[in-house]
Amino acid sequence: MPEMTKQRPKHLALHQIRLPLAGYASILHRVSGAGLFMMLPVLIWLLQLSLGSTQQNVETFNAVTGNWLAKLILLGLIWAFLHHFCMGIRILLIDIHVGVEKEQAHSSAVAVMVVSLVLTAIFGLKLLGAY
Amino acid sequence: MKRLVVGAGYGLKDWLAQRITGVVMAVFTLVIFAAALSGAMASREAWQAFMSNGFIRFISFLFIVSLCWHAWVGVRDIWMDYLNSAALRLFLHVITLLALVGYAGWAIQIIWRL
Repeated sequence: MPEMTKQRPKHLALHQIRLPLAGYASILHRVSGAGLFMMLPVLIWLLQLSLGSTQQNVETFNAVTGNWLAKLILLGLIWAFLHHFCMGIRILLIDIHVGVEKEQAHSSAVAVMVVSLVLTAIFGLKLLGAY
Repeated sequence: MKRLVVGAGYGLKDWLAQRITGVVMAVFTLVIFAAALSGAMASREAWQAFMSNGFIRFISFLFIVSLCWHAWVGVRDIWMDYLNSAALRLFLHVITLLALVGYAGWAIQIIWRL
C-alpha cells in the first residue's frame, strides 16, 4: 500500500497552491499586522513629534512627513492599518455567525479588499496633499 | 469516547483577549476619525488640545494597552507558526515582549505628560 508510506516531512509547493480570495485576505491580515508591529516605534516617534511643542519637534515632524520615501512607507502603513481593521471586523462578524456561508464569506473578503483599498486611496490623497 | 484536550490552556484566553483588544482599538479609531472630521487635526494646537482632554487621555491609554497586548498575541502566533527551533522561539518571544512593554511605557508617557 503506497499510500501508507507517505514521505514525511511534507514540503508544500507554495507557488502551486491556489487559494480562494478569503485565503489571500487572511494572509494579508497577518502580513499587515506584522508590518504595523515592525513600524510601531516609528509611529510612536511620530506621535511624540506631533505632540511635542519645541521648534525642533515641529521641524523634524515636517521634515519626516514631507519626505517622499516616508510618505510611501506611511501610505503602506495606512493600507496595513485599514486592511487589518476591515479584516478584524470580518473576523468578529464570523465569530458571531454572521456571513459564515461560502458565498457570503467570499463577498465579505471582496468587501474587505475593496473597502481597505478605496479608503487607502482617500487617506493617501490627503497624505500627498491632493485636497 | 471522551477526548481529553491537553495543552497549556491559554488558547481561549488569548482568543478572547484578541477580540476584546480589537474592539477597543476599533472604537478608539472611530472616535479619532470623528474627531479628525470635526477639526481636531486642523492645526498642531487643535491636535494638542484634543489629545490633552481627560477623556481622550483615558481612552488613549486603553488603546495603547490594547495595541501592545494584541500585538503580543499576534506576533507570538507568527513565531509559533513558522519557527521550529524552541531556543530561537523563546529568544524572539522575550525580545517581542520586552519591546512591547517598552513601547507601551514610551507611548503612555507621551500621552500623559501633556
